[in-house]
Amino acid sequence: MPELLLADFQIKRLEVLNEKGEADPELLPPLSDAEIWRIYELMLLARIFDERAVALQREGRIGTYPPIRGQEAAQVGSAFALTEKDWLFPSFREMGAHLTLGYPISQLLQYWGGDERAQKVPPHLNIFPFCVAVGSQIPQAAGAALAARYRRDPVAVVTYFGDGATSKGDFHEGMNLAGVFNLPLVFICQNNQWAISIPLKGQTASASLAQKAIAYGFEGVQVDGNDVFAVYRATRQAVEKARSGGGPTFIECLTYRMADHTTADDAGRYRSAEEVAYWGERDPILRLERFLEGRGLWSPQKGEEAAAKVATIVDDGVREMESQPPPAAADLFEGVLATLTPRQAGQRKVR
Amino acid sequence: MAEMTYRDAINLALKEEMRRDKTVVVYGEDVALYEGAFKVTRGLLSEFGELRVRDCPISENTIVGVAVGAAMAGIRPVAELMTVNFALLAMDQIVNHMAKVRYMFGGQTKVPMVVRMPGGGGSQLGAQHSQSLESYFMHCPGMLVAYPATPADAKGLLKTSIREDNPVIFLEHELLYNSKGEVPEDPEYLVPFGKASVMREGEQVTLVGYGRMAILALQAAQQLEKDGISCEVIDLRTLVPLDMEMVLASVRKTGRVAVIEECWKSAGLGGDIASRIYEGCFDTLLAPVHRISGLDVPMPYSRKIEKLCIPQLEGIVQGVHDLLNEPY
Ligand SMILES: Cc1ncc(C[n+]2csc(CCOP(=O)(O)OP(=O)(O)O)c2C)c(N)n1
Ligand SMILES: [Mg+2]
Repeated sequence: MPELLLADFQIKRLEVLNEKGEADPELLPPLSDAEIWRIYELMLLARIFDERAVALQREGRIGTYPPIRGQEAAQVGSAFALTEKDWLFPSFREMGAHLTLGYPISQLLQYWGGDERAQKVPPHLNIFPFCVAVGSQIPQAAGAALAARYRRDPVAVVTYFGDGATSKGDFHEGMNLAGVFNLPLVFICQNNQWAISIPLKGQTASASLAQKAIAYGFEGVQVDGNDVFAVYRATRQAVEKARSGGGPTFIECLTYRMADHTTADDAGRYRSAEEVAYWGERDPILRLERFLEGRGLWSPQKGEEAAAKVATIVDDGVREMESQPPPAAADLFEGVLATLTPRQAGQRKVR
Repeated sequence: MAEMTYRDAINLALKEEMRRDKTVVVYGEDVALYEGAFKVTRGLLSEFGELRVRDCPISENTIVGVAVGAAMAGIRPVAELMTVNFALLAMDQIVNHMAKVRYMFGGQTKVPMVVRMPGGGGSQLGAQHSQSLESYFMHCPGMLVAYPATPADAKGLLKTSIREDNPVIFLEHELLYNSKGEVPEDPEYLVPFGKASVMREGEQVTLVGYGRMAILALQAAQQLEKDGISCEVIDLRTLVPLDMEMVLASVRKTGRVAVIEECWKSAGLGGDIASRIYEGCFDTLLAPVHRISGLDVPMPYSRKIEKLCIPQLEGIVQGVHDLLNEPY
């Protein structure tokens, strides 16, 4: 008997906007100029917020912080495809998605300043807490997607995680269950090619992360993660598919972590300056500026004006963050249990 | 003797044992080129090469599982988990397998491996990254647990752990890495399991600690001496087995004892030690066993209130005063 071919698969990579800022007209999503300008402003906001957060950490005004520099397109582009009703299960390095959905700047800074009260989500958003434990949010997102289906709520659930998280059982188990249950779930992997000091090839022998979805019975796609239109387009499609009962999708955004792992790290110890420079030239914001310039919407002066406007918004956020009183001893038992145990109640009394 | 940090003492133990025994290997996340999240594996990759010092994907349960399999198959893995908090992801391999395969195999196989992990609170790392899980490991039979307080013990205990044929959980405190002390240079310097150490002799109160809590107990004793109070300080050094003989001998002498535990109070190791003190020398106690423990709350992220959840020097000093004022 001859051997039969049981499966044969292809993995696609989506690119819309090239490095020169030229877009493929067939693939360019139908966004108005105003919407594209808004995307641009949000990417600037993510960049300027991030630079400010790093500076605040250096000045000792917030704690250890994980920069998002270089990942603005992958975060803003994907979150821009969501509505406030969709549910988000982030890791810890997607502040660009938070900002796109309107999470208060002051609260993002307050959280990284060491104050979990800042995770109180504004009532109109469905954003779950930062998950610093790598990958643990993935099965939880599957659970929320299951619950959404059960409640007949036509929302999509989105979970973000890094390339390193794809090594975890939580990722594989969550993907598998989402496939079996055909859940309205979008997996967005921020493949920034590093997990602290471990490069992608130290996490997987696969040629792409996107192909992992094949094994779980649903679609996986790689997109150019520094191309905001490709990210938006893929996410938009996946979210619509999820909302209409078409099941899960895995999106690998191939991008690059331009900064250190956190402000406590020095990436110069484990990766080359040439590699960083190579990706620096592929900056997602530069690429969008070239596109806008081609459309006559951008000039260096307009760019500066937009950046200045965003900077004042960030300034306001910093001021508001710093006007928050620090948590007090009385807060220790706040929210631990709906009703404290007698022992906890006793411990609280002594405080 | 050479003065060195707790970090360097652990590093030296790893190097000496890897030089002595070619079957000793180190696995973990960011342990090779990066030299560990806390720089404990510094210089290992360059000296021993990438077959013996290996970075693993982010898969804690598998890192421990691989170590269990490798240990059963004849090598001596020293697995590093980035922090003790991630041991929770590996609890199946630790509790169900590492601690049980020898028993379930009727003693035919041994599991000579060590899982090293930094832990403890006080570094402003939030609820999921600041835990003290020592009591979790003590609860499970089938493995040994070490928690050194000083650089010398860190070196001697790790060397013993690596040579042990039983699986060992080796706990290191993040806030002790930079602490300094005299460390024997002898490559055969070994500290046995099940032997506590008297850090300081005293007459009125026994303070029992481990890891960073032993260091705080010692500082409290030094401070209390100025008030004319004489404390004996015992560093348990290994939590499994526990050297109750030494604890009981001290309590028989002083009649008063405080157990200092960094972990949550509920079902914490201090309760077990207290019950064993009651069983062993109830008749000589002048006051109930005093427990100084972590608060039963998730660790707050904020530096300002994190301190309130972990035993502090002032709290221990106050605890001793309370013990002495206990009406008897
Ligand atoms: C379960 C677990 N293991 C280890 C860590 C320590 N750690 C924090 S971030 C990180 C790397 C994560 O890499 P990746 O998933 O690619 O996300 P990125 O940091 O690149 O955004 C590691 C190992 C952790 N937080 N949780
Ligand atoms: Mg990464």
